Amino acid sequence: MKTQTAPEFDVAAIRAEFPMLTQTVNGKPLIYFDNAATSHKPQCVLDKLDHYYAAHNSNVHRGVHHFSQLATREYEGAREIVRRFINAASEKEVIYTSGTTEGINLVAASYGRKFLREGDEIIISAMEHHANIVPWQMLCEQIGAVLRVIPINDDGELVMEEYEKMLNPKTKFVSVVYISNALGTINPVKRIIELAHAQDVPVLIDGAQSAPHLQVDVRELDCDFYVFSSHKICGPTGIGVLYGKQHLLEQMPPYQGGGDMIATVSFEKTTYNVLPYKFEAGTPHIAGAIGMGRAIQYLENIGLDNIAAYEYELLDYATELIGGISGVRLIGTAKQKASVLSFVIGDIHPHDIGTILDQEGIAVRAGHHCAQPVMKRFNVPSTARASFAFYNTKEEIDALANAINKVIEVFG
Amino acid sequence: MADLNELYQQVILDHNKKPRNFKALDTPSLTQEGHNPLCGDHITLQLELDGDIVKDVGFQGSGCAISKASSSMMTTAVKGKTKAEVELMADEFVKMVRGELDPEAQENQLGRLKIFAGVKEFPARVKCAALSWRTVQAALEGAAQAVSTE
Repeated sequence: MKTQTAPEFDVAAIRAEFPMLTQTVNGKPLIYFDNAATSHKPQCVLDKLDHYYAAHNSNVHRGVHHFSQLATREYEGAREIVRRFINAASEKEVIYTSGTTEGINLVAASYGRKFLREGDEIIISAMEHHANIVPWQMLCEQIGAVLRVIPINDDGELVMEEYEKMLNPKTKFVSVVYISNALGTINPVKRIIELAHAQDVPVLIDGAQSAPHLQVDVRELDCDFYVFSSHKICGPTGIGVLYGKQHLLEQMPPYQGGGDMIATVSFEKTTYNVLPYKFEAGTPHIAGAIGMGRAIQYLENIGLDNIAAYEYELLDYATELIGGISGVRLIGTAKQKASVLSFVIGDIHPHDIGTILDQEGIAVRAGHHCAQPVMKRFNVPSTARASFAFYNTKEEIDALANAINKVIEVFG
Repeated sequence: MADLNELYQQVILDHNKKPRNFKALDTPSLTQEGHNPLCGDHITLQLELDGDIVKDVGFQGSGCAISKASSSMMTTAVKGKTKAEVELMADEFVKMVRGELDPEAQENQLGRLKIFAGVKEFPARVKCAALSWRTVQAALEGAAQAVSTE
């Protein structure tokens, strides 16, 4: 259990910790609503990165010298921070990756090629990011497995009855997103996992969007794999985490070969290192891991539950205000949602919306959000998406509403 | 500072709403696909040639206001022109939206197309404006594949 921090949510104090939030665009203060793409970094994370390079820079797991020891201690210390953050049973279950995408590719390549066979079925959903579609398609092409897709309803929720029907003795893997980046839907992943486990099918949860917004306990969820990226939780880019249950990771072959992932090497035979290093070939993103650890501490200090509650307030406010503007159609109206407001305005192209909002200093994403099947499902080429973080304010949402009215004015 | 009114001028908005030559040709000499992967803009362009002259032109597809208006105005500009004239205009247009040609200071054949000069202030939108011209260039060069602005 996490301890609750003070109920008072001081957004002004929080904003003061993010240097990017003092930037201006076209002479106007930046209003950053592209948090689902990447979050900003607080000063403490930037300081931590600086400090590693300026005062600790050395390779890890190699030298007996002072700074290599220091760097290793910090790098492994970050792994323990991650372990606690997701409540994994052991640090052996925390694999550093370059991000969510690599985590999924690792599981598809390593677990997939070892345990899946021709004719086996892999289940994903219709609201997956391309990163949770393409690695499975590539695996299917290689081994002759079949991809099955859980459909979504008009609100952007998974049709669970279809999922239940889809599970069958040929099902060998399930990989679904916790929170949709394009729709904001929070999926009932606990139920998805229970149903799969009833048939001994392992489940990967794509946590790219859940890590910043929800307190996740991998043991409580009982997921077999959980992946997320540091840069969406206020940490640096280029680093992320694959959590896997130890007994599964132990059975999986290495994903990449190289230094650090071996125990001994000769030209006749190489033996592999123990977990988690078996999956971490080459010099890792040391500063990244340390920075990610600091970012997690920062979020935990505010409290993930406090963050979730505040962001829910923002989403609620935005849904009512923006959704109430005549001509605006919200894409993704699930009952359980987090922090994402995807919308279209009549037949105005989202890129035109994006340009006009940018003139007002408002950064949104306009496009297909790397989820083209979702766009097709809702019969739109793309959407504009405002995605919120705990450092956003209702005043900023008011400015978004005004800017949307300006878009409507221009295109009248 | 970039001025929004320079980008979304009335003429551009009008062409976006009522694109000219938004049609398929019955007897096209050339058909060319063009797309802009960044925003999903897509255009199918058809040209009917009479010898060296563009006798008729039509386009279909979907895209943002800038790409649609640019396609529409491109079709009205190239009709009746020779291939060489179209190629020159395409070259000048692309240079103008990239900020490499100042239509007020340098000699050019752009005429009414000068209205797109403001696009250069919006780097993210240059590809939108250029798509139709890239596509007509590819058509005349006899490109085998769909042209992409990437």
